[in-house]
Amino acid sequence: MIHAFSGNAAVAYAMKQINPDVVAVYPITPQTVAMERFADFVADGDVDTELIMADSEHSAMSCCIGASLAGGRVMTSTASAGLALMWEVLFVAASNRCPIIMNVMNRALSAPINIHCDHSDAMGARDSSWIQIHAENVQEAYDNIIQAVRIAEHENVRLPVMTNMDGFTLSHATERMETLEDQQVQKFISEFKAIYPLLDVDNPVTYGPLDLYDYYFEHKRQQVEAMELAYDVIKKVGQEYGKMTGRSFDMLHPFEMEDAEVAVVVLGSTSGTARVAVRAMRQKGIKVGLVKLRVFRPFPKDELREMLKGMKAVAVMDRSDSFGAFGGPVFSEVRSALLGEDVEVVNYIYGLGGRDIRQDQIEQVITDMSTVAKTGKVKSFVTYLGVR
Amino acid sequence: MSEKKKMRATIPEEEYMFPGTVDCQGCGAAYAMRLALKALGPKTMVVIPACCWSIIAGPFPTSALKMPIYHTAFETAAAVASGVKAGLSIREKEATVLAWAGDGGTFDIGVQSLSAAAERNEDFIYVCYDNEAYMNTGIQRSSATPWGAWTTTTPRKHPKDRPKKNMMEIMAAHRIPYAASATVGHPEDFVRKLKKAREIRGTRFFHVLATCPTGWRSPPELMLEVPRLAVETCVFPLYEIDNGVYSISKKPKEKLPVTEYLKVQGRFRHLTDQQIQYIQEHVDETWELLLKKEKLGRLF
Ligand SMILES: Cc1ncc(C[n+]2csc(CCOP(=O)(O)OP(=O)(O)O)c2C)c(N)n1
Ligand code: SF4
Ligand SMILES: [Mg+2]
Repeated sequence: MIHAFSGNAAVAYAMKQINPDVVAVYPITPQTVAMERFADFVADGDVDTELIMADSEHSAMSCCIGASLAGGRVMTSTASAGLALMWEVLFVAASNRCPIIMNVMNRALSAPINIHCDHSDAMGARDSSWIQIHAENVQEAYDNIIQAVRIAEHENVRLPVMTNMDGFTLSHATERMETLEDQQVQKFISEFKAIYPLLDVDNPVTYGPLDLYDYYFEHKRQQVEAMELAYDVIKKVGQEYGKMTGRSFDMLHPFEMEDAEVAVVVLGSTSGTARVAVRAMRQKGIKVGLVKLRVFRPFPKDELREMLKGMKAVAVMDRSDSFGAFGGPVFSEVRSALLGEDVEVVNYIYGLGGRDIRQDQIEQVITDMSTVAKTGKVKSFVTYLGVR
Repeated sequence: MSEKKKMRATIPEEEYMFPGTVDCQGCGAAYAMRLALKALGPKTMVVIPACCWSIIAGPFPTSALKMPIYHTAFETAAAVASGVKAGLSIREKEATVLAWAGDGGTFDIGVQSLSAAAERNEDFIYVCYDNEAYMNTGIQRSSATPWGAWTTTTPRKHPKDRPKKNMMEIMAAHRIPYAASATVGHPEDFVRKLKKAREIRGTRFFHVLATCPTGWRSPPELMLEVPRLAVETCVFPLYEIDNGVYSISKKPKEKLPVTEYLKVQGRFRHLTDQQIQYIQEHVDETWELLLKKEKLGRLF
């Protein structure tokens, strides 16, 4: 079916088609519209979901964990301060291997108060053992949510998945997009299988007990392995979903990379603007390519290295900062993935608090890269783009 | 010839809030602040968690208030106010610390820090302006939303099916020195109570019904009228709990049926006669209970 959906509408629709057992949420801009729509689906009897209107995000995520451990398929949605308030229990969800699906409408963190897009919220949760997928547009946001169910629930993975989309830029923008039929979604995600649910009184289990130096490290190591196994699962689920829809899904999405000498790495909605900039600069004779990072956790280090080695210069765009660190979080990862390669990797931090990112600014980045490629000299490794 | 009676204004003329704020027409929350600052005067600092007032106070680099303001995280008003007061005390500075939160920030996400501060009897005034939903994010239900009301997360087919949390009783259970209900439709009463509270030390709590035409689907010009109807119908009684003594500030001469209050607000439009009857019974019971409490004298 073809729709004109905002990001919020697409999220609500995907959730309706998934028909999760439990949804626990708390309102926060720019996610509220999705939750209001979903509440309507519940009231209209379009879904069988048990909807919990929690008293905070900390409680919302805790409700999700409880429901997941009890043996249900569980979803939620949040943004910004909401995700930050969940921080403690994000780790708990992942460590208890709860395959919860959470849509995050990326938004800046306080203070000062800002409701617009940047990636500080998601990046703040990057070490929590949640899989992180980022969408470029509303279509992808929808597609990612459906795929997330399969990824999270895969027996080799059993980790929660955070599907990210840029607040307002996508959450409130209406786009033409295609949805699957309800039965197709149900067939694709198939029935939820609870593993060791709390509900099973005949086989009682304990979750989250005291676990000291004798076992804790091994439990963490198992999470590491689950993340490693997730690579393969994400790829396979993407291929299967791609066959069904004719759209392709991978860890990385290259554009004009075949003969590229310099490259831009970006995630989220800015990928679209960057693609236009790349096309324009190609016409000016610069051999530039683009790598869209669709999956940030697990970080696709090998593919990225394969794709970027041999470049003369790479610009990494970060929509959040890691104060006091050497560049933004995406930069740090890309740079360390390329360790030992003879390529200059530089960082551009942009768009904090929803500051617009324009085509001409990305073109400037590409011009800079072309200069680095020619001269072999980097003027500044970390540049703040569009700040006064 | 009878002597001309001079009108005496009980509401101070000084203004501490600038005009031109971006609240909706007929916003009770904005008016409530204007009144509160008139009552508390210039030596007041304001702590505001996320709520409509985050917007009304104005974006950087503007401010709607002449007082110092700290915009804090949604769940933290009472904790931050405790800290601000402690900070003032070590500097031996006297000022009223005013925590100013919505119902969501008070009844729901902020209730833990508020309860803890009240138990410690922290020295601040906490005003909850209650518009009975999360208005800033677009009218989602809170635990202050009354039974039967429409919100965007309690659609008409499935309106709120639980009663409003009784926050005054929760605060009274902490045995704080002073708690009062008020409405923006009764400015003199609100100002009088605030002036009284200013002279008391310890945790002082205000529960203020603040009209929200946007969320209540009520005509903006009825900003004063709607909360007056809430009091006249006993849906929202005006009372104080002063050191454990309950006293009702306004007893309606003739208690109006709840329909008078409900019918001016679109958020109750879908209610059936039976549902309205249910609300009436609940209101009657709660009112009777309050009358009894008032008779009992000191309760703590
Ligand atoms: C931790 C956190 N969760 C959610 C939000 C989003 N949020 C901001 S204001 C608000 C609603 C406030 O409701 P209330 O306290 O009743 O004040 P009102 O908006 O009605 O004035 C919400 C949910 C937030 N800022 N922080
Ligand atoms: S939504 Fe309601 S409380 Fe918020 S500014 Fe408008 S009238 Fe005031
Ligand atoms: Mg409110």
